[in-house]
Amino acid sequence: MSISKQPSLSIVDLELCYDRLAETLDEIGTEQESLFLTKLVLYLANQTADGALVEAAIAQCRRDLPC
Amino acid sequence: MHQPDMQARTSLYYDYQLFPFVCPPELKGKVNRHPVAIVGAGPIGLLCALNLAQQGVASVVLESEAQVSMGSRAIVFTRRSMEILQQAGVAERMLEKALPWRCGNSFYQGKRVFRMEAPHREDDRFEPLNNLQQQYLEQYLLEQAAASPLVEVRWASKVVTVSQDQEGVLLGMDTPEGEYQLQADWLIAADGARSHVRKALGLRMTGSSYSGNFVIADIRIDLDLPTERLAFFDPVWNRGNTVLMHREPEGIWRIDYQLPEGETAEQALSTDSLHERINAQLAMMGITADWEMDWCSVYSARAMTLDNYRHGRVLFCGDAAHLLPIFGVRGANTGLQDAQNLSWKLAMVVKQQAGATLLDSYSAERVAAAREIIDEAGKSTRFMTPPSRGYRLLRDAVLSLSLKETFVGPLFHWRTSRAHDYRQSLLTLPDQPGFVRGPEPGAPLLNMRLREDYLLDYTGNRFNLLLFSDNNTVPETIQRQLDELNEQGLSMGIILLSPSVTDSSVTGNLTLLSDEQLRCRHAYGAQDGSVYLVRPDHHVSARWIEGTDIAFSDILEQLLATKLGVMA
Repeated sequence: MSISKQPSLSIVDLELCYDRLAETLDEIGTEQESLFLTKLVLYLANQTADGALVEAAIAQCRRDLPC
Repeated sequence: MHQPDMQARTSLYYDYQLFPFVCPPELKGKVNRHPVAIVGAGPIGLLCALNLAQQGVASVVLESEAQVSMGSRAIVFTRRSMEILQQAGVAERMLEKALPWRCGNSFYQGKRVFRMEAPHREDDRFEPLNNLQQQYLEQYLLEQAAASPLVEVRWASKVVTVSQDQEGVLLGMDTPEGEYQLQADWLIAADGARSHVRKALGLRMTGSSYSGNFVIADIRIDLDLPTERLAFFDPVWNRGNTVLMHREPEGIWRIDYQLPEGETAEQALSTDSLHERINAQLAMMGITADWEMDWCSVYSARAMTLDNYRHGRVLFCGDAAHLLPIFGVRGANTGLQDAQNLSWKLAMVVKQQAGATLLDSYSAERVAAAREIIDEAGKSTRFMTPPSRGYRLLRDAVLSLSLKETFVGPLFHWRTSRAHDYRQSLLTLPDQPGFVRGPEPGAPLLNMRLREDYLLDYTGNRFNLLLFSDNNTVPETIQRQLDELNEQGLSMGIILLSPSVTDSSVTGNLTLLSDEQLRCRHAYGAQDGSVYLVRPDHHVSARWIEGTDIAFSDILEQLLATKLGVMA
């Protein structure tokens, strides 16, 4: 179940985001990966200006992690 | 036999005096019963003694050492502490030497990533923060105590055993001239973080210890920098850790840094290690000036408190009651609030003006304050010294973002010690309708600038009615009640703030203050006839928008004994 029906990225933007993130992770290497992703989350969280949304997103993404 | 160190401590800036042991009456076979005994002649114990003396209660202060604090220890005093110390008569003396300041700076990778200024109103007498070494504060408090016949300080007097029953407390004392027993009706344990009284009573604090040890070092160095707090995150010479710097009087700088994991105190305090690290810090700042070490020590960050500060006739105060992380200047500043809260209550109990259950309100109010502080301190401690991989990752992400983004700035806020509201206290009445501003019941008074003087200059150490009026006379209904209370020996003052008063004056318990522009009335959300009932520690007990017909003497009696007695 999605936490938010809208707004959502266009398919084109979603694909772009997918590629850009993958390329960036490859470029920076595993050592910087966690730090980079944490920065990204904080940055985007601030852009949402919605604490409840961020909290729900954290819970949502925590689900279904492979064992 | 107890033999304290009789070598005067050495310091680059402070001239230590030895205080002689004076043979007490008890050692000459006389039995003396003291109303109050205080263990510990640190700032907290001495403030208790001074405040008790102001209320006419004698105390004996027992100190195992024969001189004041080794090293600077507590160095930052908040505005609220200055207001408390003003009441004790030492603030002016402190300001002759103290360095006032407002701003804190956080640095990362050579860039200042956050700067904050502590709020300051033109109505505040004292700056938000004031740096002074603890030895000076202790000295000033001792000088003030020496002027009072109601304070006796016994140096080189070590408490060995503590026992109590319904009637009082019995202390086993050890001194350079032998052992004796000291009897007291009440005991204040202000004997610091390693409190012997706490151990003797078998009491344990609850809370958490944070990982990591820290060095604090005082060096004498000539630095052309303003008095501001400097925090360096993840410095090149101490990766992942935090370094703090504060300016102290007498050309001294405090440097505070975390030790690498697994390093012992002995290793950290070795001359080579200290020099290497302090030089690395100074080099990072581009400083080449010579320096000398004055004092250094190692501590660990803890956030713990006793669950109750009253155990029968024994009352715990300051670090003996709680251990708080020092980031945010919470140690001595919290202890001074404890001491001020406890002293007036104990004085009234000793003078039989209040039931002993009043002392339970000391515990309730101050344990709640300590828990609030622990909660707040936890936040800054988790940022300064991340306790886990997750916290470290988030802290590092914030540092990295801080170089370009300002939105993370508030996470650097160090949540300085503040005055606490006793809103939940049994001594605080529910707020009355009609007030749109002003200190709510439970909060401390808001200071107000009058001319060259300030409202808090006039509170003394007693209950006060703050009365806002168009006239310059006290309504008869209030005057009558005041006279009755004073006849019962309960010292109560009236502070009348009125535009009709041209020159401020103090006559006995009546203080007339000029409120020409109605600035005070406005700040307190008051109107003609509004009344605030204020405790001796400046905290508001109750307020009424139209208060001239209130039977406040009944309310006071209820607060001091009956209500508490019923609720306890």
